[in-house]
Amino acid sequence: MRKIIKYVVSDILQNRIVLVYTAFLLVTAFSVFSLEDNNSKGLLSLLNITLLIVPLVSIIFSAIYIYNSAEFMELLVSQPLKRKTIWLSLFTGLAVSLSISFLIGIGIPILLFQPNKIGLIMLGTGILLTSAFVAVAMLAVVKTRDKAKGIGVAILLWLYFSILFDGIVLFMLFQFADYPLEKAMIAVTAFNPIDLSRILILLQMDVSAMMGYTGAVFKDFFGTVTGMLTSMIVLLLWSALPVWLSTRRFIKKDL
Amino acid sequence: MGGHAEVRPFFFILSIFYCGIASSRTIHVGAGRTYKNIRTALAISADGDTVLVDAGHYKEQSLVITKRIILKGVQYPVLDGEKKFEIIAVRANGVVIDGFRIVHSGISSMEDLSGIKIYDRKNVVIKNNILEDTFFGIYTQNGSNCIIQNNQITAFAKEEQQSGNGIHCWKSDSMQIIGNSISGHRDGIYFEFVTNSVIWRNLSSKNLRYGLHFMFSHNDSYIANYFSNNGAGVSVMYSHGVKMLGNVFEENWGDGAYGLLLKEITDSYIEGNSFVKNTSGIYMEGASRITMQRNLFKDNGWAMKIQASCMEISVSSNNFISNTFDVGTNGTLVLNTFDNNYWDKYDGYDLNRDNVGDVPYRPVSMYSMIVEKNPPAMLLFRSFLASLLDRTEKMIPSLTPERLKDNKPMMKKIF
Repeated sequence: MRKIIKYVVSDILQNRIVLVYTAFLLVTAFSVFSLEDNNSKGLLSLLNITLLIVPLVSIIFSAIYIYNSAEFMELLVSQPLKRKTIWLSLFTGLAVSLSISFLIGIGIPILLFQPNKIGLIMLGTGILLTSAFVAVAMLAVVKTRDKAKGIGVAILLWLYFSILFDGIVLFMLFQFADYPLEKAMIAVTAFNPIDLSRILILLQMDVSAMMGYTGAVFKDFFGTVTGMLTSMIVLLLWSALPVWLSTRRFIKKDL
Repeated sequence: MGGHAEVRPFFFILSIFYCGIASSRTIHVGAGRTYKNIRTALAISADGDTVLVDAGHYKEQSLVITKRIILKGVQYPVLDGEKKFEIIAVRANGVVIDGFRIVHSGISSMEDLSGIKIYDRKNVVIKNNILEDTFFGIYTQNGSNCIIQNNQITAFAKEEQQSGNGIHCWKSDSMQIIGNSISGHRDGIYFEFVTNSVIWRNLSSKNLRYGLHFMFSHNDSYIANYFSNNGAGVSVMYSHGVKMLGNVFEENWGDGAYGLLLKEITDSYIEGNSFVKNTSGIYMEGASRITMQRNLFKDNGWAMKIQASCMEISVSSNNFISNTFDVGTNGTLVLNTFDNNYWDKYDGYDLNRDNVGDVPYRPVSMYSMIVEKNPPAMLLFRSFLASLLDRTEKMIPSLTPERLKDNKPMMKKIF
């Protein structure tokens, strides 16, 4: 298993797109911090990058990579290797290498300019988001044989998680404005890893505004150690669940 | 004959001197002195005497001062109210109380038992005392021209009903509240029907309700005070002619907590204050004719909430830095002016380089209107969708009040 992971990681890290992705993150992060006069504003711009670009690149790159390595996988399957091992090492390789480029691209500027709690939470959630979206991509790919369709599904999933989901939530909020929705909203956020990461960072960043009544409800949950752990576990589940489902599927799949 | 004429005035002057010396006796109170307790010393004292109290623990029940004396403690003698009594009652003009540690007054829901209470008198000075665990700290009822200076007032109650106010002034005039520090009371400083007074350099923190509470008190100034971590911030209500200069309002957190709450305030002046890390920096309701200049709003949830019931409020030359929302409002009617402020969220340009932005800044964001209508929507704040909504609204304002804008936003921090 380790051999396959090593192979995948070194293959991806040499990939030109990933190099460009890393450089892009690095350049934007540095320019954002040096352009804005206060660092917390820079962090805000980085938040948008982490919540939009990172999932987008993770999901689409993984989808394309898996389609492209179809022949390599066929070769591996013909060897005396368990299918489960192959699939899991593919996932680990993708998640690790994309996390490495995220850590280089965003991690270095954050450690230089904002080495505090908010910065570290942003790094942590960024890595969890990367691995969650790699996992979602794998599930999408294993379910669709057609390459164009699979990539399309991946893009739609990204669109859903980053925009549509929030739109639906906002719509529901106004439809059910007469009901006390604060507690329900906490549960709803569990269904979107991007929202969950955003709120974790928001609670550190806009702490004054979040202390209003509604905010206090969120703060009481997400701000506590239990809440923080719960949301981390939910974020991890967002990686684990799709990977588990896709592995089950891959084992039986007719390649 | 001539000799007599010269001697008489001499004797007259001498006799005046003699009287003067006689009436400003110093009476010592203490374990090794003639007078073992303050009560007996007060009984034999006359106007103008000084009563010097040695260090020690005195359980005097209630002391009533009815003569114009100076009551001075040496090395903070303790006056203990044994959780039953009002410790000192001042019922004479010109009394000075200096240097005591006043502890454990009674608690009553019928009477306002206090550490020191001034009844209908003037020119009283209360300074350098330490008050601990008193129901009300220093209470002035119908006093005038009194000075309350450099006292440390601390209470430990957990509930509002179990606690009175640190410095409480009712129906008074020309009061000077200077350099006190107050914490743990219901309201730090409470003014009701108090006029022409000054509150200067006090520190009011961790009080259960308000750091400073003002009702029907006209023409007062409060200058260079520090209010932090109070249950609901500072509240100024139903007054006119209030001057607020150079105060700091910090870390008042919660839904009903405001750095400064202005309700039905008119003709007032707010300059040089700092509002830092409050849920709402300033909340205004029914306020009118207020000038706000050179204040700093930093790291607040809402820098300012101006309800539509306010009018003729002029907000100019203030710095708005890293607030979550700059201005919140509840309607579309705007009768106030915003000019020449610095907003860190402003992203306009300045072609003629006169340091004034060329396009107006709209401090009310679409999302702050949405949150005002539907608080749980705060959960979606800073999402891609929310910034998209804000952007569109900036292009074509529809929900936000059209006239609430700064026509001359500054490009650089003003101070």
